[in-house]
Amino acid sequence: MNFHLIGVNHHTAPLELRERLAVSEERLPDVVSTLVKQPGVDEGMVLSTCNRVEVLTSTRQGADLRGFLRSYFGLGNDEDDKLDSHVYEFEKREAVRHVFRVASSLDSMVVGEPQILGQVKEAYAVARGLGAVHSALDALLSRAFAVAKRVRSETAIGSSTVSIASVAVELAEKIFGSLENKTVFLLGAGKMAELAARHLMARGAGKVMICNRTYERALELAESFGGQAVPFDRMHQFTDHADIILTSMGATEPVFRKEHGEALLRVRKNRPVFFIDIAVPRNVAPEVNKVDGLFVYDVDDLQSIASKNTAERKREAERAEKIIDLEVDRFASRMKSLEVVPTILSLQEYCETIRQAEIDRIRGRLGQISPDQEAAIEAMSRAIINKLLHTPITTLKSSAAHPEAATIHEMIRRIFNLSGGKQD
Amino acid sequence: MPAFWLRVALCLYGVGLIYALASLWGGRQVLTRITMPAVGLGMTFHFVALLENAMLSHTWAPSSMHELESLLAFLMMILFFAIYARYKATAPGLAVFPLVFLLTASAAFGATPADHGLPLFVSPQWVYMHVALILFGYSALLFSFIASILYLLQERTLKAKNTSSFWSRLPALATIDEIGYKCLIWGFPFMTLGLIAGSILAEARFGSKYFADPKVLLSILMWVVYTVLLYTRWSAGWRGRRAAYMATFAFAVAVVAWAANNLSQTHRFIGP
Repeated sequence: MNFHLIGVNHHTAPLELRERLAVSEERLPDVVSTLVKQPGVDEGMVLSTCNRVEVLTSTRQGADLRGFLRSYFGLGNDEDDKLDSHVYEFEKREAVRHVFRVASSLDSMVVGEPQILGQVKEAYAVARGLGAVHSALDALLSRAFAVAKRVRSETAIGSSTVSIASVAVELAEKIFGSLENKTVFLLGAGKMAELAARHLMARGAGKVMICNRTYERALELAESFGGQAVPFDRMHQFTDHADIILTSMGATEPVFRKEHGEALLRVRKNRPVFFIDIAVPRNVAPEVNKVDGLFVYDVDDLQSIASKNTAERKREAERAEKIIDLEVDRFASRMKSLEVVPTILSLQEYCETIRQAEIDRIRGRLGQISPDQEAAIEAMSRAIINKLLHTPITTLKSSAAHPEAATIHEMIRRIFNLSGGKQD
Repeated sequence: MPAFWLRVALCLYGVGLIYALASLWGGRQVLTRITMPAVGLGMTFHFVALLENAMLSHTWAPSSMHELESLLAFLMMILFFAIYARYKATAPGLAVFPLVFLLTASAAFGATPADHGLPLFVSPQWVYMHVALILFGYSALLFSFIASILYLLQERTLKAKNTSSFWSRLPALATIDEIGYKCLIWGFPFMTLGLIAGSILAEARFGSKYFADPKVLLSILMWVVYTVLLYTRWSAGWRGRRAAYMATFAFAVAVVAWAANNLSQTHRFIGP
């Protein structure tokens, strides 16, 4: 038994090739069913996301997965070379490691993003539903899910955000807890402001007000948010309703100074206000941040947090790789110990056959015996076999993880003449 | 006071203490997982200790300073878990666990044989009510004080734009604010009723002259400060620095009022 994986991802293949290989949700069952009919393939599943397409199989002898990709996706000859240079292929241990890394989001474009685990789980569920996954892939995938969970809980890989907009949202949540019923005021309606506002809305922010020099643009954006457009000259009248003020206006002088902030707090009974200032030059004077209850983050502040988080993710990813190393070792030795199971079974079977034959032979010679005597013969013969087999079986089990495992395995098979039945 | 179960509780509270101290140094992965069950179990044993004591002395009313400490620690733990249940916030534990540990330790090892059998001059139910209400008020005030300190720390962290510092892991500013405010509001009726119950007791025993006692005067001052604190928070929404100053002052007065026992002629934790 061997794990065999082939795939392309955002590192190795351009979008055009990934598009060719991408499998839609509807087509997924067909790909999986075709896959498991390939010669040599025991079990199989297919993972297709916007960043990767991967075919994972458990095989007996080598299976031609490249050939499968070519024929199934109808890649022409000129595309063959392309495929060869963009595809990666892993077997055994390396395949296990790759599956663990993918599930733990270490192979993702944004390392640590949480969606990938769900996508792997879905792909697995589909394959399972089709009966394309049994013991081996089952063991691998359920271990992969456990590893992903462990990585997530033991490292901070998914805990920090790396884009300016999401950093802003995180800070807003640090101030307000839940963003529900919080009002966002956009001053200036550029693309960046719109993006940040969408992030805030996605986290539950209740209302959006938009103020822009060109009123039409404010109206247009207000419509798309279901918000309210505010005329430019009435800007300051509306600020006290806002919990989060996002400024991105082109102005040479700050629009908000300390006195504005203090007035704002008086009206708001000291409820905090969060200024997100993404304008350059800044719309909010830095002194505003010194007023109790007012929090000002400019573009540099957000950027520096985002890049600090990126660095932290890298560090956490290194820790995660160490966890994966350990888990791959552990899984490999578990799989090894499963390899000896067929030998143990055939060893037991072999002895049982001999025992039965001998009992049959002796019964004729003993003539009439009582049920008690018969039970005694049964028990004795079983006990002899169990005692004789005890050492070989425990040796087989305990040696599974050692380098000499193959030798011991082979020797026992030869000594007891266990030909055939060897499943690998 | 039977100290065995109390000492068991103390050991479990010790986990909380270690957690609080370790938190200040950073790393605390494992501790986080065991702390809450440990202190929860500690609280159970603590309750057993209180129960056993009440059965031995045939009264719920605390009859020594140490029993009072024990009861206060227990009430603080109840409040802590109430807040945890509502806000999933363990941050108050940073201050509460060490305090509870100290109070329980003092109760568990300073335990003197109680003056059981001394006749109480009024019905013990009244005494118990007075004590429980006041202690609950104290706990609420203490939590509000802790919350205002945490608020200040979180506010500083956000203003300093230092997202990787330890304090940035505190609950959201609004959550801390709500915890502090709710504690004040909930504590106020307890404190007020507790003081009224106390006045009734004292009136019955000493007549009107009880009023000139330092303990009584300080208690009234504490109540006034408490009311002002609540009012500024409610009407002007005082938060952050100013609220922290106010809460610190209120807490200081409360501690003095608690300690004023030693000066008092009329107020005794032990029945006369």
